Formats: sequence, C-alpha cells, structure tokens
Amino acid sequence: MKNFDFIELKVPAKAEYVGVVRLSMSGIANRMGFSYEDIEDLKIAISEAITNTVTHAYNEEDEGEVTIGFGVYEDRLEVMVADHGGSFDLNEIKDDIGPCKENESIEELREGGFGLFLINALMDKVQIKNEYGVIVLMTKYIHEHEAEVGFDDDQISTTQ
Amino acid sequence: MNLTINVVDEQPSKSIVYLAGEIDAYTAPDLKEALIPLMRQEDQVVAVDLAEVNYMDSTGLGTFVSALKSSKEYNSKLTLVNIQDRVLRLFQITGLDEIMDIRASIRGGSE
Repeated sequence: MKNFDFIELKVPAKAEYVGVVRLSMSGIANRMGFSYEDIEDLKIAISEAITNTVTHAYNEEDEGEVTIGFGVYEDRLEVMVADHGGSFDLNEIKDDIGPCKENESIEELREGGFGLFLINALMDKVQIKNEYGVIVLMTKYIHEHEAEVGFDDDQISTTQ
Repeated sequence: MNLTINVVDEQPSKSIVYLAGEIDAYTAPDLKEALIPLMRQEDQVVAVDLAEVNYMDSTGLGTFVSALKSSKEYNSKLTLVNIQDRVLRLFQITGLDEIMDIRASIRGGSE
C-alpha cells in the first residue's frame, strides 16, 4: 500500500493559468482537511511559485509549460513547481528577499521580489533547486503551529 | 479569477477605485494600467476600495508599491480602504503597512 497520493498538473507558463492552479490547490487542500487560513496561505504560496516561472523563466519566448506536483500525505501536503525553461539567477533573487525596512525610502522599494519571501513566510518548509530549470519544493503540515500565525517575525526570517 | 475595476470620480480631484475579485499575475497589469494614470495627476486623491477583493498576492503588492512611487513623484495621494483581514495580512508580513496609508475601516470589525 502506498503511503501517499500524487497529483500532477501541467499548464502553459502563462499568467491566465495561475488562477486555475490556485483553484486546484484549494480543492486538494480542502479535501485534506486544511483550515481556511492554511488554504489561503497555500493558494498564495503556489501562485507566487508559478508567477515566478511565468515572469522569470519564459521572458523571451513566451512558450513553455509549468509542471506542478502535489504529494498528498496524511499529515502534510508537498507541492512541487518545476519549470524547464531558461532558469533565472537564484542568488540575485535571494538578495531581493525580505520585508521592507522601516526607514527604507519609497524610491528604494521593490515592486517585485516579495514572491519568494511570501512563500517562505507562508509555508513550513521550502527548498529551491536550480539545476535543470528551477524547482520549488514546499511543504505545509496539517494542524501544525496552530497557535502561531505568520505574524511572527522570527519565524519568517529564519526559514530561508 | 477575474478583477473588476470601477473608477468613480467623486470630485474633480478625488477618485475612488472600486475593485472586486482577485489580484494576481493575470489581473495586476490591468490594475496597474488603471491606477498609474490616476496617480500621475498632480494633487489627485485616490482611494482604492478593496472591500470586494478576496484574493491578492505579491503581484498586487507590487502594483500598489508602483502606484505609491508615482504618487510621490506627482504629489498625488494613495489610500487603500476597506481592506479585508486576509489581504491586510500580506501588507503586514511584508512591512508595507508601515509605508502605505491603509484603512481597514469596516467599523466594529476585528482590530
């Protein structure tokens, strides 16, 4: 008997499909018994991961696909988002991650760059692999951290 | 999975932008296209009503950051009103709530 279910989804790397994947995520998470808040977090996290591939990886050709895998375990959901297009410079993006600093001037504010930061803030575990294209692997546990919400600054900044 | 954008000019120098739906990678460009020209009007006061926005991600944050930048450049004013708790949370996690003028403003609600 296998101990988890696996669901795979492949969509064109286009912005209009981000919402479609979000709906699938919502359905799977709901079926697994995640709380309303956790489902909202999962929807944002997967949208960020796909938005990244849509805007970074396929800038030039506007062609390509994103593969999404859902590993449904009893206590957790593992989500994998993979693009096999031209990969982006991960270090450059990592430098861009983080919340605003209070004394930061508005001119210096980033318009992008919040995506990976939000994924880290909203998921329990995040791994990014940058070998053949980019793979984001993120995990959220059911019923974990019930008392602590994402507002905890320490929790957010230590996940990377 | 769509976003409805409705701009109402209350007074010559005051606009309210009513949004309904979801702000994501697909809809954010439309929002930017509607919002930025308003922010580029000198001394314009722009209130964005988010009461009916039930989903937003970093693409929405980026759009509002961009609008805020325009407002500084053109001396206009950007306020986000009637924001839902879930959406407000994203501004809080990223620290943008310290920088932007955000009003939850549904009285009697939490916080």
